[in-house]
Amino acid sequence: MQFEVGSALSIGSILLTVIVVAAMLIWVERRLLSLWQERLGPNRVGPFGLLQVVADMIKIFTKEDWVPPFADKLSFVLAPTVIMIVILLSFSVVPFAPGVGVIDSNIGVLFVLAMASLGAYSVMLGGLSSDNKYALLGSLRAAAQMVSYEVFMGISILGVVALAGSFNLREIVLAQADGSWFVIPQFIGFVIFLIAGVAESHRLPFDIPEAEQEIVAGYHTEYSGMKFGMFFVGEYLGLVLISSLITVLFFGGWMGPFLPPIVWFAIKASMFIAFFILLRAAIPRPRYDQLMTYGWLVLLPLSLVNLMVTGAIILSTQ
Amino acid sequence: MAKIVIDGETYEVDPANNLLQECLSQGLDLPYFCWHPCMGSIGACRQCAVKQYRNAEDEKGMLVMACMTQATDGMIISIEDEQAKTMRARVIESLMISHPHDCPVCEEGGECHLQDMTLMSGHNYRRYDKKKVTHHNQYLGPFINHEMNRCITCYRCVRFYDDYAGGTDLAAQASHHHTYFGRHEEGVLESEFSGNLVEVCPTGVFTDKVFSEHYSRKWDLQTAPSICVGCAVGCNTTPGERYSSLRRIVNRYNSEVNGYFLCDRGRFGFEFVNSPERLKTPQQTVNGAVTELATEAARLLVHEYQKAGAIGIGSPRASNESNFALRNLVGEANFYAGVADEEFECLQVQMSLLQDPVFHAPSIREIEQADAVLIVNEDVTNTAPRIALALRQSVRNKAKQLAHDCKIPQWQDAAVRELAQRELSPLCLFGNYATRLDDVASDRLIAANEELIAVLAGVARAIDTGAPTQAAPTSRSELVQRVSAQLKDARRPLIVTGSNAGVEVLRAAANVARALHAVRKQAIDLCVLAPEVNSVGLAMMTPAGNGLCAALQRLKAGVATHAIVLENDLYRRASRTQVDAALDKVSGLLVIDQLPTATTAKADVLLPATSFSEHEATYVNYEGRAQLSFQVHRSHSQALPGWRWLVTEPDLAVNALIQSCAESAPGFARLSEVLPDESVFVAGMKVPRQSHRYSGRTAMKSNLDVNEPKQPVDTDSILAFSMEGIPSQKNASVLGAAWAPQWNSNQAISKFQDEINGELKQGSVGTHLVQRSASTGAYFPLVTKTSASAAGTLRVAIAHQIFGSDELSARSPAIRQRMTPAYVGIAPSDAEALGLHAGDRVYLGDTGATAIVSLRRHMATGTVAVYCGDEVDRHALPTALVLRKSDAASGPGLSGLIVSDRYEEEL
Amino acid sequence: MIRLLKDTFTSQVKTLWQVFMHAFVKADTVEYPETPPYMFPRWRGRIILSRDPDGEERCVACNLCACACPVDCIALQKAETEDGRWYPEFFRINFSRCIMCGFCEEACPTNAIQLTPDFEMAEYVRQDMVWEKEDLLINGTGKYHDYNFYRVAGMAIKGKDKGAAQHEAPPVNVKSLLP
Repeated sequence: MQFEVGSALSIGSILLTVIVVAAMLIWVERRLLSLWQERLGPNRVGPFGLLQVVADMIKIFTKEDWVPPFADKLSFVLAPTVIMIVILLSFSVVPFAPGVGVIDSNIGVLFVLAMASLGAYSVMLGGLSSDNKYALLGSLRAAAQMVSYEVFMGISILGVVALAGSFNLREIVLAQADGSWFVIPQFIGFVIFLIAGVAESHRLPFDIPEAEQEIVAGYHTEYSGMKFGMFFVGEYLGLVLISSLITVLFFGGWMGPFLPPIVWFAIKASMFIAFFILLRAAIPRPRYDQLMTYGWLVLLPLSLVNLMVTGAIILSTQ
Repeated sequence: MAKIVIDGETYEVDPANNLLQECLSQGLDLPYFCWHPCMGSIGACRQCAVKQYRNAEDEKGMLVMACMTQATDGMIISIEDEQAKTMRARVIESLMISHPHDCPVCEEGGECHLQDMTLMSGHNYRRYDKKKVTHHNQYLGPFINHEMNRCITCYRCVRFYDDYAGGTDLAAQASHHHTYFGRHEEGVLESEFSGNLVEVCPTGVFTDKVFSEHYSRKWDLQTAPSICVGCAVGCNTTPGERYSSLRRIVNRYNSEVNGYFLCDRGRFGFEFVNSPERLKTPQQTVNGAVTELATEAARLLVHEYQKAGAIGIGSPRASNESNFALRNLVGEANFYAGVADEEFECLQVQMSLLQDPVFHAPSIREIEQADAVLIVNEDVTNTAPRIALALRQSVRNKAKQLAHDCKIPQWQDAAVRELAQRELSPLCLFGNYATRLDDVASDRLIAANEELIAVLAGVARAIDTGAPTQAAPTSRSELVQRVSAQLKDARRPLIVTGSNAGVEVLRAAANVARALHAVRKQAIDLCVLAPEVNSVGLAMMTPAGNGLCAALQRLKAGVATHAIVLENDLYRRASRTQVDAALDKVSGLLVIDQLPTATTAKADVLLPATSFSEHEATYVNYEGRAQLSFQVHRSHSQALPGWRWLVTEPDLAVNALIQSCAESAPGFARLSEVLPDESVFVAGMKVPRQSHRYSGRTAMKSNLDVNEPKQPVDTDSILAFSMEGIPSQKNASVLGAAWAPQWNSNQAISKFQDEINGELKQGSVGTHLVQRSASTGAYFPLVTKTSASAAGTLRVAIAHQIFGSDELSARSPAIRQRMTPAYVGIAPSDAEALGLHAGDRVYLGDTGATAIVSLRRHMATGTVAVYCGDEVDRHALPTALVLRKSDAASGPGLSGLIVSDRYEEEL
Repeated sequence: MIRLLKDTFTSQVKTLWQVFMHAFVKADTVEYPETPPYMFPRWRGRIILSRDPDGEERCVACNLCACACPVDCIALQKAETEDGRWYPEFFRINFSRCIMCGFCEEACPTNAIQLTPDFEMAEYVRQDMVWEKEDLLINGTGKYHDYNFYRVAGMAIKGKDKGAAQHEAPPVNVKSLLP
């Protein structure tokens, strides 16, 4: 299998698809949440309320794009673009299906982790430049949370890398071609990656940086209009990215019988997206200290043990 | 001081008073109805029951009426005792038996003493299911509404109207539960203090008819402390505004000035403020074409006038600030008094008397303490009504003395009256005609001015042999001896006279006071009444010699080509020919006024001025007391306070102007003391003009625009045009409408008093501006203008009317209903000689004016009292007049004149 | 660690499962314009002014509703007819401020002002939410059918002289001294 590297059509269609999916997730999330909360959700705009997203877009585009006079203008404007860019860049290494992808990189996993680290800057910049105490608190929380969870997020997938023997995401998928999805040998790694992924994309229940009951809207308190829209869509892009990565790393990527590969990929990724939304519907937000304790005292040792055991098994079977 | 125990707490009280008064003085809540701080106790309503214990061991106690029990040392009482509380609840339940279900449609609702007391006593459910007693109402004239069903028979109305204010046409009628308070037949309440019934009545039997026509609840009125502009007494008032119109005026307590009562001119004569005729925009008239000006353009014109060397004519009805600003603008030498020359001369004499330490200008509270009064040729009831009410109290000092001798406490009102019967302190009336105070006068001298002066000289001479006397001493030696003895023997003698008396008579009256000083060696109360609200302030502001005639002469001679007339109708100040001659010459006449007048019709530039309730201002009353009147509401036209047109800085704050007036105007040094001390207000917060219950804030103007405008900001004063700020709970100097928890009626004032009838806590009673300098010690020389009256002519004495003589209040619709056309009052013998009858219309000499004949039994023969009204040019009248009957059909004669009550009815 | 795993299953996973199962429960939402909801008679909706059983305005312009209104959205002015009835010269409610608390109805001594079950009051122009007396006054008695304030009050009006109200004796003869 070869990627058609640099194909403008391919890049364009992936970019478009990813953004449209992320945008549509706004509607999907609201409908799913209401489903689990015994409500109907948005059903007025267009069939099944599908055009709700369009209505929201129109609204968000026509809102006053306001930069507070006390904010640091450059970083204030830069912050929301950073998150969009890094997440979209991460998508470039994701193999959606044979021949569908942007770059076939040998260091795909590292690239994704690196980009995730850069994402922390967006949140921090946004919070700091707002010159608002809630935004500052939000960005401090975000920085601590993202830096912490990045550690074992990385460690948790090293088991997969070791099993596949490659940092290349496509090769990781191919390593599961025999149907032995890495979720089975690497179940603990999967769970840790799942939790860390939620924390990385600061989705509920780990939305501590923007906990509206405590700190208004955290780091994006001062944002409005399209800049807020970028943070908003960025969060959904992150959701799609994490779901795609889980699919690739643990659930055999596009592998599957009968259906075309891209459909398999979409089904698997959608399952995880739905699972993330279920998390939001079901689980309350932990306290900040609980989150940190859980990360450092439970997940980190667990992931290290997982890595060592995996390594030992691989060494002993060679 | 006595110590008494109330509900376990020890209080220091005044043993001269009754328990109710002392409980209220201590700030305790004890319900009452019939007791009034000014009228004492009669124990009629049984509402103030408290438990009294014989000693500390006594647990049973007995119920006593607090208002009928003297506060004695060591007394133990309980207000909160269950039995006392039950008693009070039962009493009010029985008082309420026939009270109708009227509160929503009652003007008293929301400021009703009965509502307050019902709530305070704990009666809340009506158990009586029998029929209520009902009554027919009476028409009581344009001021007062009658709704007799609401009466609880406390007798306060007749006690005020008859006993306190000397009225004769309101009485308790019928008996038992049919008791009816009203007139013997429907008709206008004659007393000039009838408006106080509204405040005296604890419920809604007597309500304010003028207010009812554009009614708002008390809490909806925007109020501020203000000063009445009806006469020179300077009563303290609280005007209330809603929906951009002035709705009513109620009394504002000032322990030194008006106490609890106002006259009807002050209470009902405010509606000129709402007049549709009010001047609204600056106008310029060029060759008969009228153009409206923008404010800035009008301001520029004022400066053009200044550059043209305009002279300024001030006004006794303008504030000190406006007169001061005009004087600054035109220069002191060019500032003229806008009053008739005779009046100006009187005012200057008054100023010299105010500065003389031999005399003391008494406040109303001090007038009430006088026990021998001599009133000299001043119709006090019609020119300064509130003083007449005080004089009426002064004659009761005899009764009080008798009670004191018999050890009857002063608050035992019925007992004191019963003891004294008709015993009154001496009050002697000298005048051209009898006045309304006749009924309490011990002596009357109705004579022409020459004889008055002669008798006064005789009295002075009888007191002090050093006083000048006339060549021909008076024949009335018996009267002279009696009056001089009364004045000499009195504890606190008082001479009352005024500008209307004529300058010679005024001087002669002052001589009597000086003679008293010569023998008593103490400052003698000499009350000289001024004609208008700020006459004294104007006299202090104007250089001597700058009378109106001098100004008119200058204009006529063309020495000055431009004139600025401040809030003044010159045609009321000098004769039409004189004013016309001057105004026809001027090339520029700038008039600032509130309402169109004959003078504004001649103006080349006409600038609208705000009324008393639309600006902050100071006025100086007859005693030289300066008082501050706050702005109540905003003017919604282009009208500005008079001074604001005249100052160079457009944003000058009024307080700064008052300061600068105090600094640079001679005699006004203490004027800035009237300003409230801003440091006592909480954290620089404003004091709201609107009550905490003010309603409709988001709906009042929403028909114009649903977006609410910003609350207007008052940059001038400590008050705010909104509900925002800290209400003046303790600082009474900025107290608008009095309110305290559980006390919604005006009786809440007791919560703001040091003690009952005492000063307001931190209240401002005004500041005496006039400094006493060294006395000249000299008597005025006697001057008598012998007006050799030709046969068939009558000497003119000017008469005044409480409703009509004041220029502004006479523009109010309610006052207009009580006004009379011009009349001449003549003695019956003169009428017979001239063949005139009451109601005939006569020509006044050759002035061309006519007036209606009114017969006055107590009138000096050979004298005619002329009330000029709007029709007659007062200054064109000669000193002696020939009356000619006109061909017009004679009418039924005049009724309802406030003259001499006792005698006029008989004719 | 064991306890943690146990807690994870008994708490978090169980929660997830239970919430997921809600997907198969019928939604409670009422689809409002298509399915009108049942409004209780004492629902506090649009404010009206009612008339008494004789067909006259009930409002006597006592100002109590305006005073009770916590958002001060009622403004009115008292006027009086020839025969002595009080009525509001204008009566204005700024519905864009009204919070439907019903205090005005509770304060009203004549049952004139009443809140009704009509809640569909949205307007496209805010100015249209300012209602005058002409808009508020209905031709009926509203919730209270029999009450007529002037039959209870002591004020005389046309057709009801002094002493003709409930529990009232005829006016007394002032000149009589009989008990």
